[in-house]
Amino acid sequence: MSKVLEKKPQVADPHCVAPNLREDHDRGLELLKYLIIGVVFGIVFVKAEIISWFRIQEMFRLQSFHMYGVIGSAVVTGIISVQLIKRLNVKTIHGEDIVIPDKVFRKGQVIGGFIFGLGWAITGACPGPLFAQIGSGYTVVLVTLISALAGTWVYGKFASKLPN
Amino acid sequence: MDQFIEWISQPWPWYVAGPMIGLTVPALLIVGNKTFGISSSLRHICAACVPAGIPFFTYNWKKEVWNLLFVLGVAIGGFLATNFLANPNTIVISEATQADLAALGITNFSDLMPSDLYTWESVFTAKGLLFFVFGGFLVGFGTRYAGGCTSGHAIMGISSLQWPSVVATIFFMLGGFLMTHVLMGPLMKLVGF
Repeated sequence: MSKVLEKKPQVADPHCVAPNLREDHDRGLELLKYLIIGVVFGIVFVKAEIISWFRIQEMFRLQSFHMYGVIGSAVVTGIISVQLIKRLNVKTIHGEDIVIPDKVFRKGQVIGGFIFGLGWAITGACPGPLFAQIGSGYTVVLVTLISALAGTWVYGKFASKLPN
Repeated sequence: MDQFIEWISQPWPWYVAGPMIGLTVPALLIVGNKTFGISSSLRHICAACVPAGIPFFTYNWKKEVWNLLFVLGVAIGGFLATNFLANPNTIVISEATQADLAALGITNFSDLMPSDLYTWESVFTAKGLLFFVFGGFLVGFGTRYAGGCTSGHAIMGISSLQWPSVVATIFFMLGGFLMTHVLMGPLMKLVGF
């Protein structure tokens, strides 16, 4: 067992899928590295036309391989990277052990996942491309973003009453 | 240099874009033990702006500011790519898709988005209500209910071999197929296409 697996992360809230597991806080300019990674990511989104409403339609209509190729090769790259990190016991640049929290199965992944899928086909965007579309000048997508925030808020408000 | 700009301005193929997106996973882990996930940013914005005493939004969102900077970066990246590296040619969309969409009433295929629809004028119409307000709501509600979106589940979750993320991804796709093949036609008719 590698160190990565032994260490149980302290996650205050298991619903948060992207928790910050760094032990000391990032301060000031240190946070810029996330902005820079985001910029590269946003450029890829636009240049590979992943933000295009039409590309998502092609994907769901099984009329183009493009999006399957993008997501598939991203996953393969991710799997190889995570395996290398675990097997070589790679640390962060701050010398911490890398921690990947386990995702716990809930009914939400089925029901919520399905609801998101319905919305994904209408808007032609998952949350990442929404931000890239706005940056690309489709400012009307701000309305979609605000609606997505409203959806998130309504989920939060009724989270304890929904099957999960 | 000019040649480089010309080359980089072409649409990038999947085998370039996919691995670059996949590399975001180790990049975030290595620079600061961060787990890749974009829809969480929506929750942090709710927690920062309208927590309203709801337990789901009562947590230290400031610790997750990195995620907000990441999505700000995505928007800036979108701006840079569109304004400085834009593809000079129109987007090439599969002919089968063009035919299917034309049957639904979408006929302008010259841009990344259906440009007749993606205007501020359509926001307060039934079309805008469907595509922006209703669609956006489903994205926000569904991703949070599922505990993640394409990035958190399909890419980060499957990369770390977590079966709940595989389940979530299957249901993302099922929802998308149902909407595209069954519901979208009647809904578009309803809003006046």
